[in-house]
Amino acid sequence: MATKLKSVDVVMVGVGVTGTILAKELAESGLKVVGIERGQMRDTHSDFLMPNVHDELKYQRRHDLMQDLSRETITFRNQKDETALPMRYLGSFKPGEGVGGAGVHWGTQTWRFLPWDFETRSRTLARYGKGQLAEDCTSQDWGVTYDELEPHFTKFEYLYGVSGKAGNLNGKIIPGGNPFEGRRSREYPLPPMKTTHASALFAKGAESLGYKPFPTPMATPSAVYTNPYGVTMNACVYCGYCEGFACEMASKGSPQTTVLPVLMKNKNFELRTLANVIRVNLDSAKKRAVSVTYVDSRGREFEQPAELVLLTSYVFNNVRLMLQSGIGKPYDPIANTGVVGRNYAYQTPSSVTLFFDDKHFNSFMGAGGLGNSVDEFNGDNFDHAGLGFIGGGFIRSVSSGSRPIEVRPVPAGTPRWGSAWKKATAHYFNRAFNLALQGACQSYRGNHLDLDPTYRDAYGLPLLRMTFDRHENEHKMSLFITNKAAELGKALGPSKMNVNPRVGKYTIVPYQSTHNTGGAVMGNDPATSAVNRYLQSWDVPNVFVVGASAFPQNGGYNPTDTVGALTYWALDAIKNRYLKRPGLITA
Amino acid sequence: MSKLGKNSGRRWFLKSVSAIGAAMPAAAALGADADPHHGHGAQLAQAARVKGQPQPQAYGWLTPSEAAFIEAAVARLIPADELGPGAKEAGVSFFIDQQLAGAYGTMARNYRQGPWPEGTPQQGYQSRLTPQEVYRAVIAEIGAVCASRFKQSFDELTALQQDEVLKEIETGKFELQSVSSSFFFNLLLANTIEGFFADPIYGGNRDKIGWKLVGFPGVAAAYGEYIERHNVPYVAVPVSIADVQQHVAELDEHGHPKHILLSSKD
Repeated sequence: MATKLKSVDVVMVGVGVTGTILAKELAESGLKVVGIERGQMRDTHSDFLMPNVHDELKYQRRHDLMQDLSRETITFRNQKDETALPMRYLGSFKPGEGVGGAGVHWGTQTWRFLPWDFETRSRTLARYGKGQLAEDCTSQDWGVTYDELEPHFTKFEYLYGVSGKAGNLNGKIIPGGNPFEGRRSREYPLPPMKTTHASALFAKGAESLGYKPFPTPMATPSAVYTNPYGVTMNACVYCGYCEGFACEMASKGSPQTTVLPVLMKNKNFELRTLANVIRVNLDSAKKRAVSVTYVDSRGREFEQPAELVLLTSYVFNNVRLMLQSGIGKPYDPIANTGVVGRNYAYQTPSSVTLFFDDKHFNSFMGAGGLGNSVDEFNGDNFDHAGLGFIGGGFIRSVSSGSRPIEVRPVPAGTPRWGSAWKKATAHYFNRAFNLALQGACQSYRGNHLDLDPTYRDAYGLPLLRMTFDRHENEHKMSLFITNKAAELGKALGPSKMNVNPRVGKYTIVPYQSTHNTGGAVMGNDPATSAVNRYLQSWDVPNVFVVGASAFPQNGGYNPTDTVGALTYWALDAIKNRYLKRPGLITA
Repeated sequence: MSKLGKNSGRRWFLKSVSAIGAAMPAAAALGADADPHHGHGAQLAQAARVKGQPQPQAYGWLTPSEAAFIEAAVARLIPADELGPGAKEAGVSFFIDQQLAGAYGTMARNYRQGPWPEGTPQQGYQSRLTPQEVYRAVIAEIGAVCASRFKQSFDELTALQQDEVLKEIETGKFELQSVSSSFFFNLLLANTIEGFFADPIYGGNRDKIGWKLVGFPGVAAAYGEYIERHNVPYVAVPVSIADVQQHVAELDEHGHPKHILLSSKD
């Protein structure tokens, strides 16, 4: 029997990137906010300590900062006629666990989706006609435009201390920035990071082909930075332990380095860790959330009543809690009805590795997203007529910092072991770098999330089941943009080159990206979206579902900046509209 | 290659055992003495640390014949050659031993509930066996096949024969019952690479052999003033976690080691 606790104004499930921002702002406006987190508290000065933060085995291979699958995982299958089986090891993606979520170990690339991305379907139909989209493609408009989100992108970038160079400042194209990006109201809060040898070569090669290279925007401060919440981040030292690791320097935009120092001092906020929410409880009419039920580390059940429930977990738990709680109609891919679990999408990453016998890169130096990028082949920045696909992705030079267990490039055809392998590994460790492509991924009828009929978590509840494969559109796109990257790579004069477009069936085994999207998508039509354009549940209006779960399909970029913008956009709607007049926000 | 020939694995194992025997009194005394500032054991450990002598290594989980197999196999995957020592010399077998004995070996942070149908390759690992159980079962299987085919154990084969067996396991020609042979090969190769390049704290990468091979400095320094020196190799004496914890490496104000730079080698 659950112990019923005193009611609060707001309860949120998951204290990561989205949750901390909402908690800080709502607690500051005077509301009592409880944040419930399944993992532990983690902080820079208590946990992210030298020298142990620089332990590749512990963090990259044993996933110390990431989800403990012994308690909860997902099941996966490519097609609905297969039996989904549990993901027993982390591989394709790496969700976080604990305060800060994946915001502790992310790689810091901070991209705005293109204006086109928010209106994928209508702009595709307008420019190319219906034939450009596959029949089972369910990609759609977001219900919000880039221009509406612009101030919120700016807020998030100023919060997280993003280093970069604007390419479109109030409509004026600025040399050195990304000329394809949407209009920005302000320059980035910090100038670009330093230029590595690989970045410089890339920029030169890109310019020789007429492209417009620019520094990859990243939430890693190029100088000491104090954000609008008054929290100070240090300048990055380019140690090269970013993605997969926590930052010992407080030089990575994360809840710990941007929001938590302020949030934890606010008496209106209470953090409860090691508490796993298993259900949102609805009233008898299923129109209103009355509380959440969670289990603490001693196995005790608590019921926390609240006026407003915010689902601020990773994509999977946002969708799973909706399904477990009966919030919104589950998606049925056969009838193509229902909304919860619909439009699950991912990313279509690919790469080109360049090997230079005559150059040295000190590849172990770097930072998360460090490098230069070109955006000529993203979104609808190029003519897709006759290409048979939509979307694209940016191409970037990678100076993330190579650690030798995971990153030790060898030319294709090198044996996997023995003296020849050893020789190539030793020779190229500091003489190669990658061009990485963050290909987009459209949504389809068959790709969805629901509850698994067989496998259960540690609480005896059904795991989330993922049914997903990439479609012809994604394979054609990946081949096209990866070949463009190969042409660019060739212009840099490497002695050898590996070209790896994304081919074949999606597999959950090798790492690809922690960019899972959809399942609780936003939109203007309750028949095709689980939440409205303010991320509010159509069916249970005192529930907001915040995160990449709202993306109707995935763009050719890393998602965090857009997640941050949506968080501020939803916050604005909660503060200025919902709280003034609780109920479904219309128009 | 002659030093990697017949019986080398077995001899190395015996040598390891005798090294452990010799070190025993110090280790036992250290264990019995709770106060680190008093007693003979603590002084010995302190002296060893000051002199930078490596702690003696020993197998905690692998049986002697399992250890002999792993020493021989990793010596073929990353061999000692003209570029320097290989995985065996780096202590990768000890790394694997320690990994199998701990959370990794028992899948402590992995989903372990059944049912366990084999599934598709896209669905990833689905066996009910943990890495610990996989190694135990597979090494026994390989041992039985080698005994009937060569009348010798794997570690007693010539390097050429060992390579042949490993290639058969890699390609699936050598069929295993407990797990698929390619799965085991990939596991062994992944663990070997981990042990060769992981921080020496885990028992492998002895003397930072792996890091020296590729030119990786280990625990990073602050590189801000170096990162824009294009095409200038930064060749540093690698620093391990122990070097920092035991104050062997000098640190900057943020706790990053100050690397000792060597002259350019390119």
